[in-house]
Amino acid sequence: MDTTKQVPGLLAASIGRKIVMGITGLFLCTFLIAHLSGNLLLLKPLFDPNDGGKAFNEYAEFMSKSPLVRIPEILMFIGFIVHIGLAAKLTSQNRNARPQGYVFQANDGKTSIFSKYMGVTGSIVLIFLLIHLYSFFIKHRIIGTEETMYDTVKIAFSNPIYVIFYVVAQILLALHLNHGFQSGFQSLGLKKNPKWNALINKTGLWFSILIPLGFAIIPIIMYIQSIA
Amino acid sequence: MRTMKLTLHIWRQENRNAQGRMETYLLDGVNEHMSFLEMLDVLNEKLIKEGKDPVAFDHDCREGICGSCGMVINGRAHGPWYRTTTCQLHMREFKDGDEIYIEPFRAAAFPVIKDLVVDRSAFDRIIQAGGYISVNTGGVPDANTIRIGKETAEQAFAAATCIGCGACVATCKNASAMLFVSAKIAHLGLLPQGQPERMQRVLNMIAQMDKEGFGNCTNTGACEVECPKGISLVNIARMNSDFLMAQLK
Repeated sequence: MDTTKQVPGLLAASIGRKIVMGITGLFLCTFLIAHLSGNLLLLKPLFDPNDGGKAFNEYAEFMSKSPLVRIPEILMFIGFIVHIGLAAKLTSQNRNARPQGYVFQANDGKTSIFSKYMGVTGSIVLIFLLIHLYSFFIKHRIIGTEETMYDTVKIAFSNPIYVIFYVVAQILLALHLNHGFQSGFQSLGLKKNPKWNALINKTGLWFSILIPLGFAIIPIIMYIQSIA
Repeated sequence: MRTMKLTLHIWRQENRNAQGRMETYLLDGVNEHMSFLEMLDVLNEKLIKEGKDPVAFDHDCREGICGSCGMVINGRAHGPWYRTTTCQLHMREFKDGDEIYIEPFRAAAFPVIKDLVVDRSAFDRIIQAGGYISVNTGGVPDANTIRIGKETAEQAFAAATCIGCGACVATCKNASAMLFVSAKIAHLGLLPQGQPERMQRVLNMIAQMDKEGFGNCTNTGACEVECPKGISLVNIARMNSDFLMAQLK
């Protein structure tokens, strides 16, 4: 056997790129958990009338000021860039791998539908992400404003179009995670045992339902409050 | 015995560089007991009698084990039957008046040679890159001197049943060959004889696979569904973890 083949850099081989795609995807899943935990503070005024958004503002203040947050924040931005960049690279390779398609399009009826539209769901989530970053992150951290973060959120979520857009984006995120979560484990070569596979699939399913649901419920509640 | 009249839409392409197109043929008197390939034989006899060019298609054993036959029938690699090669698909699946679309396996790495025949030598080059072990393991009786647990033997055998037909590539939306390559890697990687070259094998075969221009696996699982031998996605997980191991070593 030819023993001159050296270990390529992770990004030089197809499987390596898939592995990095999986690692960054699962890393971004942990970011979703952290982000949602913070967002849930937006609902505190529901239970504590004296709060008035104070808990959420303190959290937002901590996130923007604490040097401890900078490292995960930078890692998160790198994670996004690598995940999206690799997605573009892999997708273009995949397109080139079949220059001529089939005349008759069929579905085997067994494969997950969402797995075929990761590019579509991912792209829409990316558009949401950019608008979302602009409305909150850029407005506060880069442009600067007198408003508190809670006020910015409250104003944004009193706009029905923004709320609908937000909820739709969460549905697409759910579809993206529905395939992405377990797919990440497969790319890392961790789905080798039927018992573990079932656990990974189940966890992935619940993750893809609960996390986007948690995100989506906040603007819906805040919108109802704003019209009440 | 049921006979049927079919409308066949078949991809015709003179050679590698020619522009192909779908052509329509009417075929009457198709017997339900015919295999799909026998139905094409009947069509070809008719075409020859009419002085036309018969449809070129690959076939060899016609008993479902050689991996030669392969075409996309109504959008499904090897047709609609589960775990069945094209030669084992029988015409009782179809009914009188059906329209059937027959296309070659589509992938940049599998160029069409003529009509439904594609060049699958990319698979041979991947095997040549590392799908073997370099030492002589002796004759048949010696095999029992290396004891292998039942479960491991079964897993290795399940991977080894891959016939290299290319249906995984044909059906994958990305024309990825990862199910095929992973079956070969897992089959040898699970056995003691495959251990000394295990890491080198993964690197060599993946490097060749990438060079051939196959796409990347997106874990849709379509390959596993269409594979006539039921090769499992678990082999891809094994390949991925071996590749990761080779990185860390």
